[in-house]
Amino acid sequence: MRSLFYIASFLAVIGLAYWAYYENYRTQAAIAHAETLEREIAENRQRLRVLNAEWAYQNRPDRLRELAEINFDRLGLVPLKASQFGRIDQVPYPPSELDGLIDLSKSVDVSSGEEPL
Amino acid sequence: MIRTPLRPLARILEARGKGENPDAIERENIRLRHEEMRDRDRRRAEGRLLVLGVMFFAAFALIGGRMGVLAHSEPAEPRASAAGADILAQRADIVDRNGRILATNFDTHSLYAQPQMMIEPERAAEALVKIFPDLKHERLVTDFTGKRKFLWIKKKISPEQKQAVHDIGEPGLLFGPREMRLYPNGRLAAHVLGGAGFGREGVHAAEVIGVAGIEKFYDTRLRDPAHGHKPLELSLDLTIQAATERVLLGGMNIMNAKGAAAVLMDVHTGEVISIASLPDFDPNDRPSPLLTGYAGDSPLFNRAVQGVYELGSAFKIFAVAQAIELGIVNENTIIDTTPPMRVGGFPIGEFNRKNYGLITASEVIVQSSNRGTGRIALEVGAKRQKDFLESLGFFEPTPLEIIEAQGGQPLLPPRWTDLSTVTISYGHGLSSSPLHLAAGYAALANGGRYVKPTLLKQNAPQQGLRVMSPETAAASVRMLRRVVSSGTASLGEVPGYSVGGKTGTADKPRPSGGGYYDDKVIATFAAVFPSNDPKYVLIVTLDEPVETSGDEPRRTAGWTAVPIAAEIIARVAPLLGLRPEIEPRNLPDITQVAQ
Repeated sequence: MRSLFYIASFLAVIGLAYWAYYENYRTQAAIAHAETLEREIAENRQRLRVLNAEWAYQNRPDRLRELAEINFDRLGLVPLKASQFGRIDQVPYPPSELDGLIDLSKSVDVSSGEEPL
Repeated sequence: MIRTPLRPLARILEARGKGENPDAIERENIRLRHEEMRDRDRRRAEGRLLVLGVMFFAAFALIGGRMGVLAHSEPAEPRASAAGADILAQRADIVDRNGRILATNFDTHSLYAQPQMMIEPERAAEALVKIFPDLKHERLVTDFTGKRKFLWIKKKISPEQKQAVHDIGEPGLLFGPREMRLYPNGRLAAHVLGGAGFGREGVHAAEVIGVAGIEKFYDTRLRDPAHGHKPLELSLDLTIQAATERVLLGGMNIMNAKGAAAVLMDVHTGEVISIASLPDFDPNDRPSPLLTGYAGDSPLFNRAVQGVYELGSAFKIFAVAQAIELGIVNENTIIDTTPPMRVGGFPIGEFNRKNYGLITASEVIVQSSNRGTGRIALEVGAKRQKDFLESLGFFEPTPLEIIEAQGGQPLLPPRWTDLSTVTISYGHGLSSSPLHLAAGYAALANGGRYVKPTLLKQNAPQQGLRVMSPETAAASVRMLRRVVSSGTASLGEVPGYSVGGKTGTADKPRPSGGGYYDDKVIATFAAVFPSNDPKYVLIVTLDEPVETSGDEPRRTAGWTAVPIAAEIIARVAPLLGLRPEIEPRNLPDITQVAQ
């Protein structure tokens, strides 16, 4: 009986030791994985920053102004002026959707009773 | 093993036969057996000692080896869990009010040399000079062949330069990672941003520290890793800042001025939407400060904030507004502006020796009469004038969030005499920066509250200290409007927007202290728009402008600063989202004759 108890506790110690060891390694693996991910995030953020900087550099007002001047013939961009503001009633109504679908100008009046020529 | 008997029968019998003592045989055998036992014990003890020795040696070797490894390797924090938010600790970005980048970071490399590792120092020096033409060949050769063990060659190099240096193939040339501050918009808002440099430098990293402007003012905030991912949001608007600088530069060149400054400020929140000072510089490559000459001539000098000037007649509105507030005058009170007027023994004159006669207080502002404002200021008195100007912030440097703002200490008269009262009422004898004037005009424009100019984006109007009643403020803005519609600033009319403002032309004092120049002025125009519901105040200041399109050179603000301000307003008002409006005009032939 006693030896059975000894064997059981011995096995329990071995089992627990194995479990602790296993968990430790799992934790370390998880930390290593997290670190890899963080490094990736950092790299991506860094890339994002570079791209943002590039975007800001490409969109700097000096360059846009120059581009607007170079392409003036095609685009005709000028600084925003007060006269470009308008009231809502100055906007024309969009052309009706029915326009163009049925051409009423050359229609034949069938109610008049005359024979079409 | 075969145990030898102590008394072997054969030998005993033999010994007995010979008459010898058989005990001797037994003793001999015991002796032999003891010797054998002793040898065996010895061997075993020696073996144990050896094992023990090996174990101790191994243990000490392990400890020693570990200590060596620890001493040699980079220290690392022991951690139980993965790191938190600050994955990439970098200096925070600076963005404008719409989130467009004004300052960010860029990864680059520094170049350093370890001459003792060099194989062909002279060839390396030669190749380096080809890549970096600003390096001196002889200097590099002496450094590389001398006793130095380490030297920096370049603090920041581009990827192309790095590759070129790499291609030299010299093992003594090494690269360290560097983070550099990048201002993608170049010169834009240079004086606000200031610039950044390296603090403590190591091979693997270097501190980026702000050296001027908002970079220095908020250095701790920008470097704090807890805020690294949160950009610093400024009140500036990139587009409006660019338009302002562009127009101001063009205007400065047309008016032949040596410097110019402009401040555009929201009158309710105190946000500075654009602030420009010319000449400017590129914060990516900040020039070194002037060692000789007048610091105010350096491009680093911020005229809008650091430059304190006598801003001239633009101050007149404060004297009249205060008199209205105190009930001394109203807009239609008749003021006697006829000469002579002497205060403290000094005659007070008008521009071009004019005589406006008896005019209303409103006309005093519209015509810009020195004697008129002087008489009103005398009624107000020195004490009350002083308190009023102090409440408008004219006694302290502006609280703007750039490090240079502390240098904009206004110059006040040492003794506030009656003469000072009169001269200050028309803007002489008290020097302040254009930003001070903007804050003062903002108080007139927003209904009478002092707002602190700020560079940080605000979400709500400032509830500043009330310095005058809304009625007084409204009357002041009406007078300012009349200055533009029928007074000295008639070139300030902008189609679609009603502009109010006051010009100021002040002679520049001689630096040696001997009075004023005859032909050098500071021309200022302080504008408020739209004047029927003021939202913004714009100050334009030109240093030594002269307009030469007419028969004789014209230097007054009405001819120089006002057209520039009008152009700036015409450009930025649509960008600010202000809807153009035709204000109900006062017809010129209907005038109020009596009240």
